[in-house]
Amino acid sequence: MLSEAERLEIETELAHYDHKRAACVEALKIMQRHRGWVSDDSLRDLAEYLEMTPDELDGVATFYNLVFRKPLGRHTILICDSVSCWIMGYENLRQHLTARLGIDLGGTTADGRFTLLPQTCLGACDHAPAMMVDEELYQDLTPERIDQILAAYE
Amino acid sequence: MERPLTENIRPGEAPLDLDGYEKTGGYQAVRKVLGGMAPGEVTELVKESGLRGRGGAGFPTGMKWSFVPMGNDAPHPKYLLANADEMEPGTFKDRFLLEGAPHQLIEGMILAAFAIQADVAYVFLRWAYKLAAKRVEKAISEAYRAGYLGKNILGSGYSLEMHLHTSAGRYMAGEETGLLNAMEGRRATPRSKPPFPQISGLWGKPTIVNNVETLSNLPHIVARGAGWFKELSLTQDAGTKLYGVSGKVKSPGLWELPMGTPLRQILEEHAGGMRDGFKLRGFLPGGASTDFLLQDQLDVPADFRGVEAAGSRLGTGAMIVLDDRTCPVGMVHNLEAFFARESCGWCTPCRDGLPWTAQILQAIEEGNGRPGDLDRLALHCRLLAPGNTYCALAAGAVEPLQSALKLFRADFQQHLADRRCPWS
Repeated sequence: MLSEAERLEIETELAHYDHKRAACVEALKIMQRHRGWVSDDSLRDLAEYLEMTPDELDGVATFYNLVFRKPLGRHTILICDSVSCWIMGYENLRQHLTARLGIDLGGTTADGRFTLLPQTCLGACDHAPAMMVDEELYQDLTPERIDQILAAYE
Repeated sequence: MERPLTENIRPGEAPLDLDGYEKTGGYQAVRKVLGGMAPGEVTELVKESGLRGRGGAGFPTGMKWSFVPMGNDAPHPKYLLANADEMEPGTFKDRFLLEGAPHQLIEGMILAAFAIQADVAYVFLRWAYKLAAKRVEKAISEAYRAGYLGKNILGSGYSLEMHLHTSAGRYMAGEETGLLNAMEGRRATPRSKPPFPQISGLWGKPTIVNNVETLSNLPHIVARGAGWFKELSLTQDAGTKLYGVSGKVKSPGLWELPMGTPLRQILEEHAGGMRDGFKLRGFLPGGASTDFLLQDQLDVPADFRGVEAAGSRLGTGAMIVLDDRTCPVGMVHNLEAFFARESCGWCTPCRDGLPWTAQILQAIEEGNGRPGDLDRLALHCRLLAPGNTYCALAAGAVEPLQSALKLFRADFQQHLADRRCPWS
């Protein structure tokens, strides 16, 4: 079942399109914002609401890097691994993060605090290397700065 | 030197709101066009200006519009889409315009939409550009309140709805026909052309997809004329261009300069040259999907024709610098791993070929290369060449690889002979 809040938000998006399914990416992100991720049940309910088959909607959901079909930690670290960041020290940062968090790319810390994911170019190449934590962009990173940044996330 | 696109952008500060934008002459171009120009006149003006698409392919903008069916029998609704799904590695120019001058983009979109008589316009924005999303959304509502969007704009009889669509992170969604599928709520796989989107695009209706920088030029072209726009450039390709530089240079950044500014001037004057202790080995002139160029090509003018004549492409104008302390094989591996990950899987050569090239490159980089690997990579360059896939992802992916195989061949051979990366 979609919650009242979810339905209201999705309806605002639906008004922007002539076809219901056009709003499905926005709708998936709305559900994800409310629930943290998109479970099979969430997906089925949303598909019914948008008059799509669960299969069609899952095809769209799994196409995107940022629609999550598995539970995540409380905070998501998206570390840019594209070419400018790679030149400017991505590999060091990755090693630092994986060692410090005790997880590999794609993993979630045992305490559920962080999920670490690689991400395509964040468009911050003049301040590489860069990463996002949840919806916040961080640039000109060093291992020391990463430690300071992460300390602010509970 | 004139910088029409960026003169009112103050990095680190909020962009001009509607009042501020109007005070700098904003929305005068919309008033001019809606006050008495015919749609065809706008298209003719843009054709005459010589504006070419700034998303990477450089297709003439006015000509692109001219394929849209016009007149009373034309199918409706027609659509205008701003491609703001900037995900080309090394590229950060559209972000600057989206965050810094959202009203300029919206005004450009209204002009383009009017020229093709579109009914609905969308800004197709990538997920990661959070600040841009807030600013574009605010600017769209301001434009509605001021009567620049909605029904019967400024009493002209022309109506246009505009909305922001934010995507969910996939490089393919920025490919023109992939973007159409993404907008329809489908997997962002490419479509076969023809039919071209101008005839049969979003929901089968006439559709134009233009890049953010392309659209942002339109208010200035309309306000100041085609001749003025051509004069901005140092060479045959008109206008200014947002050029970026990243890598081990002294001052990485982004600058609006006359189209055709020599690459050397961008790298040495604006980016300050290489950092101390680093030497230039080569560079990608326009994002990840362009061929490497070398130091001796720095005097090439950074315009569409100049860079193409030098054997690469202007692409997005985002220069990515390879220094002498970075392994070229490692860099190409990073690029091909990116393309392999972002391939949508629709076409076999791309789906299977790109991971294969990435695996071979990783093996070479790790000292596990095998005899014949360089021939296999060259074979993939042929199999992934234009014409074998529906879209240009694979063809673009091959550009840095094929050029690296030629220009840095000795480095590849050394990896194979020593069975290790000399830089690690």
